[in-house]
Amino acid sequence: MVAKSRNMARKMMSELPKCPSGIQGLDEVTFGGLPKGRPTLVCGSAGCGKTLLAMEFLCRGAVKYHEPGVFMAFEEREEDLRENFASLGFDLASLVKHKKLVIDYVYIERSEIEETGEYNLEGLFVRLASAIDSIGAKRVVLDTIEALFSGFSNETILRAELRRLFRWLKDRGVTAVVTGEKGHTLLTKHGLEEYVADCVIFLDHRVTAQIATRRLKIVKYRGSKHGTNEFPFLIDTNGISVFPTTSLLLSRNVSSERISSGIKSLDEMFGDKGYYRGSTILVSGSAGSGKTSFGAQFVDSVCRNGQRALYFAFEESEGQLSRNMKSISINLKHWIDKGRLKIVANRATLCGLEMHLVMAHNAVREFKPAIVIIDPITTLTGAGIEDEAKLMIARLLDFLKNNDITVLATDLTIVGENGEATEIGISSLCDTWIKLSMETQGHGRMRRITIIKSRGMEHGLETKDLLITDNGLEIKDIPGSRENCT
Amino acid sequence: MKKVNYRLRLYVAGNTPKSLEAFANLRKICGDYLEGQYSIDVVDLLKNPKLAKGDQIVAIPTLVRRLPPPLKKIIGDLSDKEKVLVGLDIIDRGPDD
Repeated sequence: MVAKSRNMARKMMSELPKCPSGIQGLDEVTFGGLPKGRPTLVCGSAGCGKTLLAMEFLCRGAVKYHEPGVFMAFEEREEDLRENFASLGFDLASLVKHKKLVIDYVYIERSEIEETGEYNLEGLFVRLASAIDSIGAKRVVLDTIEALFSGFSNETILRAELRRLFRWLKDRGVTAVVTGEKGHTLLTKHGLEEYVADCVIFLDHRVTAQIATRRLKIVKYRGSKHGTNEFPFLIDTNGISVFPTTSLLLSRNVSSERISSGIKSLDEMFGDKGYYRGSTILVSGSAGSGKTSFGAQFVDSVCRNGQRALYFAFEESEGQLSRNMKSISINLKHWIDKGRLKIVANRATLCGLEMHLVMAHNAVREFKPAIVIIDPITTLTGAGIEDEAKLMIARLLDFLKNNDITVLATDLTIVGENGEATEIGISSLCDTWIKLSMETQGHGRMRRITIIKSRGMEHGLETKDLLITDNGLEIKDIPGSRENCT
Repeated sequence: MKKVNYRLRLYVAGNTPKSLEAFANLRKICGDYLEGQYSIDVVDLLKNPKLAKGDQIVAIPTLVRRLPPPLKKIIGDLSDKEKVLVGLDIIDRGPDD
């Protein structure tokens, strides 16, 4: 009997219905969304993005999932909300007009209210019920209900009414987001977490090493698994984007399909076939060893096959890159015009690392490339603290891998440094590692190429010459080396 | 004393004992202090929920002094006569209030 009820409890837990928020990334870290038909508390200090998260939850719900919503605002007037959200691309007025959204501004000014004897907050319930019924709302936001504490002096009544309100929301079966300001010792100033038992999300906005980052943490989610990490998030013209720690999905389909590197003689070194699709290739080398050309050659080959390539350039602008590659007969501009190549050029120090990664995330999602070039991946460390940088890069690479995107990342090694230690130790995250080097030989310097590792495929072990010619890259045996190697 | 016309509105939600009590208290106070210069209308929000937004009603019962201006609100069962009189500006605020 006990076992049976335990089984039932487990079954109920695994089937906890969720309400997709529609917010980029949030549904991934919550494994499906917020608890359906229950209240969720979103807390954090001023300016952390609570109101935005709450409003976006309603807007996405109304547009994407056909669930109308009620926004009960205790702090901002309807006009102000409309103006603020217009800049983020949300047309609240139109949603209101089409009966997908109701905004009710609740104004409470203690100095204008005299209290005599007992009262309750039935007026609030009536307003909420009337707003919900007017459009058949499935979602409700109370932002922030803590304003009631400054509006009424009788805390005993207030707390009893809040308890009643949350029970009432549950009974109505609406999925609610309740916001609260961060308190000193409690999650919220007035301990709202006491009433919202199901799901608590904490937002944080902090500055480390002069780089501001926003983070989201799921403090609790009863009856559901959830990521316990802090997830960086971004507020841009698309609203909120949460960057999930996409741990490498072990269940993903591993491709045995190959993709040409764009250099015939290099493909030959990989058993005549090229890279694995969806693998990560690291090209490391000192300055001037031909890393960027290497990437451009790959781009050219992919575009020729009618697929798309996304190029993150952290050191050169789009114009510079196209001009330079023209000298080895690679016409990047042509592919850009054809819509097969997109170059995203940014200084790494422009913004925080999370911001870069979220932007990368969004660019990938929009452009849907077959390959991504990150040139060079090492500059990203300058945009964050080293350990964090490594973690973030791992997240990005895993995300790309999960989407079956082949990545070629370049990495600058400083001459004289220990050969196999790439600057941030990302080589272990890569499936194939190609090292380019410059060697002084006689009166000139020669470019050399070595495949240090390539998981799961046969590959040549010898070091070869890399020639950058007017017609692109070429790999040749080092004269006289055959005999030595074999 | 100048004659002022008081227009009062009492917001309730259904015929609960609290709202009946508030109404009775209000009638008594008005009868005692505002003889012939007041009118009271009672709004039941369960019947007219949309009216709650207009006067920014949150608590029930709420007494609103619509005239003379400025608008005044008193919430609760109106059991404290002194506070009601002060709240409606019928008598002056005491020195320690």
